[in-house]
This record gives sequence, C-alpha cells and structure tokens, in this order.
Amino acid sequence: MFVSETMATDLITVTPETTLATARKLMQEKIIRHLPVVDSAGKLVGIITDRDMRDAQPSSLLSKEDYARTFELVMQHTVGEVMTRDPLTISVFYTLQDTLLVMGKKKVGALPVIDEDGVLKGIMSTRDLLQSFVNIMGIGEPGTLLCILVKEQPGQMKKIIDIVTEENVSLGSVLVAKYWDKEKRAVFPYLMTGNVVKIKEKLLAEGFELFDPMSWYLDQLPQKKEK
Amino acid sequence: MKKTGFVYDKRYLDHITFDGHPESHFRLEAIVDGLKEIGLMDELLQIKAEPAKQQWIEAVHNIRYIMRFEEACIMGLPDFEHQDNSICRETYDVALLAVGGVLKAIDAMMEGKVDNAFCAVRPPGHHAETGRALGFCYFNNIAIGARYLQKHWGIKKVGIIDFDVHHGNGTQQIFENDSSVFYYSIHEHPSFAFPGTGREFEEGTAEGKGFTLNTPILPGRGDMDYRKKLTTDMVPAFKKFEPEVLLLSAGFDAHSSDLMSGVSLSAEGYKFISETILNLANRYTDGRVISVLEGGYNLDVLPRLVADHIKMLTDS
Repeated sequence: MFVSETMATDLITVTPETTLATARKLMQEKIIRHLPVVDSAGKLVGIITDRDMRDAQPSSLLSKEDYARTFELVMQHTVGEVMTRDPLTISVFYTLQDTLLVMGKKKVGALPVIDEDGVLKGIMSTRDLLQSFVNIMGIGEPGTLLCILVKEQPGQMKKIIDIVTEENVSLGSVLVAKYWDKEKRAVFPYLMTGNVVKIKEKLLAEGFELFDPMSWYLDQLPQKKEK
Repeated sequence: MKKTGFVYDKRYLDHITFDGHPESHFRLEAIVDGLKEIGLMDELLQIKAEPAKQQWIEAVHNIRYIMRFEEACIMGLPDFEHQDNSICRETYDVALLAVGGVLKAIDAMMEGKVDNAFCAVRPPGHHAETGRALGFCYFNNIAIGARYLQKHWGIKKVGIIDFDVHHGNGTQQIFENDSSVFYYSIHEHPSFAFPGTGREFEEGTAEGKGFTLNTPILPGRGDMDYRKKLTTDMVPAFKKFEPEVLLLSAGFDAHSSDLMSGVSLSAEGYKFISETILNLANRYTDGRVISVLEGGYNLDVLPRLVADHIKMLTDS
C-alpha cells in the first residue's frame, strides 16, 4: 500500500541547465507531461510540465515568421528558468490513501516521490494511482463480484468469509459501502472464481440478502426515496 | 420445418468434475432426458462425434498449452491452472471429443445432410484462450469450429453469437485481430460477473477493430434489455458483416433461477434470443447455424430452455 511499490521508477529527468528544446523533445517522444528536474546529485530541484512549456512558448497569434523566430529564441532558454521550484512532493513512505487524498486536494496530475535526502526515487501519476487501485480491487484477474446486504452488527463479515473459505475460494478484495437503509451495509467480495453457485446458496441459507445493483440504484432515485 | 442435427455422446459424461461442481455430467443427462421426454429427440438427426484431429486444435491453441493440458490429465491432477477447472484422467479425451462433435456437426451441415445443428457437448469452450484454461473450459469448441469452417470448408466470413451469461473472453481473444470472424457477445456486466471482460469499449484490435462487439447487461435486468440490445446492437452489426455461417455459444445461465448469474432472463426472453438469431440466419447464412452448448447450471430449467432452443432450430 506504499507508493514505492507502484510508482513509476523508469525515470526520465532533466537538469536546470537542459534547454527547453531538449525538454520539449523528451516530452513529445516519451508522451509524458511532467519532467522532474534534478541536480547532479539526483536531488529534486523542480518540475517542468507541458503547461510550463506552453506558457513559455510564443503566442500562436503571431505571424508565421515571427512565431518561428521567437520560438527558436525561447527554446534556447533553460528548464531552470521556467520550472516550478519546490514542487509538491510525496515521500516514499506515503501510502496510496495519502496520495489519493493529496492529489484530490491539491489538484495535481503527478507527484515526484523523494526519499529523506530529497533524492528523486520515482513519480506517481494519476494513471499509476488508478492502476494501483485496479490491483487493490483484484479486477485484473478473472472473478465474480457478489453484492451482499448485511445487518449492521458485529460478526457478519466473519460469516461471509467463513463461507467463502469453506468453498476454498480466493478473495480478490472486499469492499464495504454504506447502504441507504441505515441498519444495513452493502458488502462486495470479489471472488477469484466463476463458480459461485454454492457460495450464493450458503449465503442465502445463512439469511443474507443478495441484492442486485440495479434495483438498489432504482431505490436510490429521488422519487422512490420520498415514499 | 428444418432438418436439425444433434450431437451427443455418452463419453461426454466421462469428464468428471469434483463433487458439487456446477459443470457436471448431470447437465447433459438432464438435457437428453428432457428431449426424449417431450419426443423432440426423435425428430433430430443424430450426428456421431469423433475425437478432433490435433491439427484442428492447433488451429486455435498453442502446442505447449495442449501438451500441458494433456499432461495434467494423464498425471491425474485434480484441476488445471485454476481450481475452477476441475479435471480427471479422461478430461483430455472428452475435450477432444467435444471439439470433434462440433466439427462433425459442421460437416453434416456443409454436406447438406442437415440444415442446422445443436451440439450437446462438454466441457464447454468459450473461456478458453489460445494458451489459457478458464471457467471450466479447456478447448475453445466454437473458435475451433470457426477456423475449421474457414480452412476446411473455405468459408470466408464466420459470425459468432455468444449468449452465455458470461463473456466469452477466450473467443474474443482468439479473434480480436481478425476481421474474418465477427464476435458478438451479450452477457452480465463484467464488473459483477466472471471473468470480468467484455466491456463496450473492447471492440477488437488492429485489423480486427470493429469486429468484436460486446453488450453488457446489468444484474437484475432481463428480457427488456436483451430485446433492446439484440435489436439495436446485434442485428445491425451482422447485417453489415454479412456472415456466411453463424456459430452460437449457447449458454442458458442467464435465466432468473440460475444462481450462476445476477441477470434475470425468462424462458420467453430466451425464445426471443433464438428467434432473433434464426431470423438473421435465414437472411444471411441460408439458415446455416451450428449451436454449441456452453453454460447453464440450473438442472430444473436447463432441459426446457435447451428444448425450446432446439425446437426453434427445427421450426425456423
């Protein structure tokens, strides 16, 4: 659950002395929007994004010749002149939850990951984060999602897990969500199997309610709620 | 009236899965008993299955995979690659016979002995990928059938319709780069149902882009959604593709009383599926349809659903 396990580590970096022309080429070739800027010791000193790059470029309203001339001049400048200094970073000890909350709050698309000495160790983009949640939910592997309604009282989850264990089935993940009925909760175990008949039968025999998400959705609609 | 062929072999019962496994030999016994009981069996032309030649298995699956599977059976392992895939020593031979049954049905139809056919075979096939067993499937019966039609019978364009409640990930994977086989599947939404593939945005790759079409159905939904989607998704797609033969991955596990899925299709809904497909067949494939059993696990409703389906094949 630490970012160090899922962050991208095949890093493409530049130094403050790199020209904008080189940085621009790197971004285009590698199809990336964020370039961490490091010094000779590998310490993070800034970040340059495709937006910084666009801000530095001449106006597209200029005439073709003026544009080309200015563009050439701009591209000779260095990354150090336009990069964001002291960018928002996260540490290798950050959890995915931390990252999820930080990204939502600060509205950034990628975060450099640094160690205690400020040395760049990786980068975590929203895409990396999304991929890590695909792994957490287990949905990269074949399986079946059960939708179970349980009473809000201790011991319910144990019963469910016991039934799954009895049938010798592996769990990909278990999500728990609030349900509109305050006394109930919705539990979503993702089972790594296509064979769910026995488990469903046992759950029903234990008194659990299997609900289908569509009727749940319909129940959530405003006109239904008022009833 | 159409002349409908029927493939069944007692040896299909020799693939014994572990006790309580839903894909059991009881399924075929229930289907056969059901057909006899209502007198429908006598109207069908019995087609004798023979084990498929390895050449045809290799048209779809890679040789290492085939050998791994055979080895697992010979060694008497309890399952193959996943605990869902319960096997016994006979499973390999039975799987060859299941493919062979489909190929024999294709021969009978192409030789004009029957107009169409239903293959009551097991193990099922549509989850099996070129090199991976999944969801009780080892050899992809329907995909091998499609390749056989092309390579042995010179058919250019094959349409596959998969109405098993689970997505046929195997069939999709096998033909995803191929524009000569159109794969259409209607199934329970992959966020809920096994194996978790078959989303609307999976539409084939490279040359095969646009030749895979998936219609996910949310749990709890049934006849209405199927009617709408088959009419708006499937029919226009096949009108455009103009297949020469239709192959069906016929799964009967979308029925409301089949606990394997959360989709709630009625027997009437299943009749609508058959009817819509057979209308397509009459228009584009000269009625040529080979229907191959995939899933369907509730033994109380399975025989009736299969009988309804076969009845429509004979009446189409």
